[in-house]
Amino acid sequence: MINRECGVFKTTYQADMALYTVPLARITVWAFLAFFVFVLPFVVDTQRLVWANLVGIHLIAALGLNILVGLCGQISVGHAAFMAVGGYTAAIMTSRADVPFWVGLVAGGVFASVYGLLVGLPSVRIKGFYLAFATLAAQFITEWTITHVKWIGGGFQASIIVPRPSLGPLTIDTEREKYYLILALVIVAVVVALNIARSRLGRAFVAIRDRDVAAELIGVDIARYKLLAFMISSFYAGVAGALWVYYLGNANIEAFRIVESISFLAMIIIGGLGSVLGTIYGTAFVVLLPFVLEEILQVFKGVIPVADIHSFVAYLRFAVYGGLIVFFLMVEPEGFNRLWRNVKDYFRVWPFPY
Amino acid sequence: MKAFKLWWAALALPLLMALAVACEAEEETPPAPRTPGAAQTPVARKEPVKVGFMYDATGATQIIGPPYKVGFEDAIKLINQKGGVEGHPIEAIFCEHGYEVPKGVECYERLKAQGVVIINTYGTPITEAVVERCVADKIVCNHPGYGIAAAANGEKFPYNFPTAASYWSQAGAAMQFILEQWQKAGNPGKPKVAYLYYDNPAGREPIDVLRAIAQREGLELREYAVPAPGVEMSAQVTDIVQRFKADWVITHLFGRSPSVSIKALRDAGFPLDRVVSFVWGSADADVIAAGGWSVAEGYYGIQFTAIGTDHPVLDEIRQMYRAEGKSPPKEMEEANVYYIRGVAQAFMWAEAIRQALRLAGEPVTGEKMKMGLENVKGDIKGLMRLEMSARDHEGGGYVQIWQVKGGKWVLAKDWFRGYRDIVESFVYQ
Repeated sequence: MINRECGVFKTTYQADMALYTVPLARITVWAFLAFFVFVLPFVVDTQRLVWANLVGIHLIAALGLNILVGLCGQISVGHAAFMAVGGYTAAIMTSRADVPFWVGLVAGGVFASVYGLLVGLPSVRIKGFYLAFATLAAQFITEWTITHVKWIGGGFQASIIVPRPSLGPLTIDTEREKYYLILALVIVAVVVALNIARSRLGRAFVAIRDRDVAAELIGVDIARYKLLAFMISSFYAGVAGALWVYYLGNANIEAFRIVESISFLAMIIIGGLGSVLGTIYGTAFVVLLPFVLEEILQVFKGVIPVADIHSFVAYLRFAVYGGLIVFFLMVEPEGFNRLWRNVKDYFRVWPFPY
Repeated sequence: MKAFKLWWAALALPLLMALAVACEAEEETPPAPRTPGAAQTPVARKEPVKVGFMYDATGATQIIGPPYKVGFEDAIKLINQKGGVEGHPIEAIFCEHGYEVPKGVECYERLKAQGVVIINTYGTPITEAVVERCVADKIVCNHPGYGIAAAANGEKFPYNFPTAASYWSQAGAAMQFILEQWQKAGNPGKPKVAYLYYDNPAGREPIDVLRAIAQREGLELREYAVPAPGVEMSAQVTDIVQRFKADWVITHLFGRSPSVSIKALRDAGFPLDRVVSFVWGSADADVIAAGGWSVAEGYYGIQFTAIGTDHPVLDEIRQMYRAEGKSPPKEMEEANVYYIRGVAQAFMWAEAIRQALRLAGEPVTGEKMKMGLENVKGDIKGLMRLEMSARDHEGGGYVQIWQVKGGKWVLAKDWFRGYRDIVESFVYQ
């Protein structure tokens, strides 16, 4: 936690390029990993495990959006549409062609990234609010197509029932098995995202975000990198969508509405744009807050004197949720990640003020 | 230094939350029996049967959720005051999900953890998201009037119970009703029917059934989609009235749009006594929003539960409130159809528990509840008619048709169903 760099000497290039250079940081990461693999799934009940799974699935999608919006600076309000493309691709492939689920997972990502490439094309010419509207259009076009094209939507209520995923002889059935599947994918997603940010690719994205004209002058092919950002981001969304479909056992268009797209934006903004750790904080905050609030408010159920307590709790949950988002953004507009860094920086020089 | 204090506050808050959750978790271990009304009745001493009820007060269908839930709650209270089911009180546990899939899945697990045997999985996307869990956990998932119509097939969806006329059954009934009215009026040949629907998955669902019926009867059917948000349909209505010259119109609209359709059809000079609406367009609110009862005179609406305020059951609920010195809820007195659907559902569940106890004895489990619900047959307190079986989880698809007449809804056709063979060919395809 208290990352002091003093005394850490890098003697090889390899050591310099490591993801975590400070020993303590490395230990912390391994400790967290061990906790999530060996401890968490065995100490919590199914209901809490569902919380973890929901966070995991949303996190994969949010990490993708973070690459597009946080790193490359291209705003997108159609992220749920890419999820829908990935989800329906996986659903169609597994339910009709009977392909193994991991093929469906990859295919969902690939299809979504091709779709992302198409949707991203306007970004070569337009930016800012105008691009936001182009991606909004993509959201509506996708919803409309899935609802109206029977071959894609599956006919009844635009939903397709998907068989249980299985890995060889093992059918992924219980909540804990689903948890391990999601955890494995989350780890891959996080590691890739961390590495993208510090690679040539990520530097190019950041250059475009900070000033596209300057980026072009230093030799970044803007069109190519913007489209790459769209493709990578949609790949993440596609995999998350496919995972969502396998997790629920069916694909339904109402799970990929515009509201979802906006809540993904909320996750990365609250967490801190451009930071992987921030995205994790933000996703956990947005996904878990309603559940946690519900639990807290249930405790005070007897105290609040209203007729219909259940509905009152529901309204209050919304109000508190909105209020907390505003509060955190006021305290630290750069998100949870900045908040965390402030804490770290304070302890780094402690006991001196700076 | 000021910033420092602020982020300490920010850090402290989640910690406090975690603490509160932890405390609550500890308190949870001995589940406190908070059975409403159980205290007054010395009869109800047996093990309570726990049931789960999801609804939304904040999401897409927030005008439906609260009255529906109040109706259900009141009826459960009434059942418990009268001694429960064979001495077993019913403990209803509620969960609000805001029409969001993640929250719905979480609600399901929350209810499951508390040991419920049946859950009202409110909302189509949530119902579909938990289909698999219901089967795996052997918990009955009841979703009257929404969810997948194909779930009526009890062999394919063992733990899903739509238990109310699906859109397919409503389509069959609407067509049957139209042809009867057409012949009753002494018209030659077959009527031209227009289908005006909200352009979403639910709106599109009955199209195939309507087409199949039109083909068999050799009548002309044309479909008119109303895009979201469904408050502008003058072009479609003009088309129906002036170009197609329809004889009858079937409407299948949601939210604000049924009232708009009533006004638009009336303004275009179409007689409203040749319009029949599906269940989500036949509430009092739709008529009132269209400009009042006199405007909507003649309009027909399909119902899968009875409507109105004068039913013996509702009188009992009124008495229950008066005994407590309270006035009955406004949802009931305003003749809210969703309130009555909640009441009907509670009595349906009570009947299912009774059947489960009769057939398989105590304690009531999800499996027994499934068997019980499959044996619910006949009239439910004059509010609903069901003919459940292991194969038919829809309950036969019976509907009533009501008409706006002289300032209120009047029953135009009692429990019936139409083109069952065509509907079943879709369910069991």
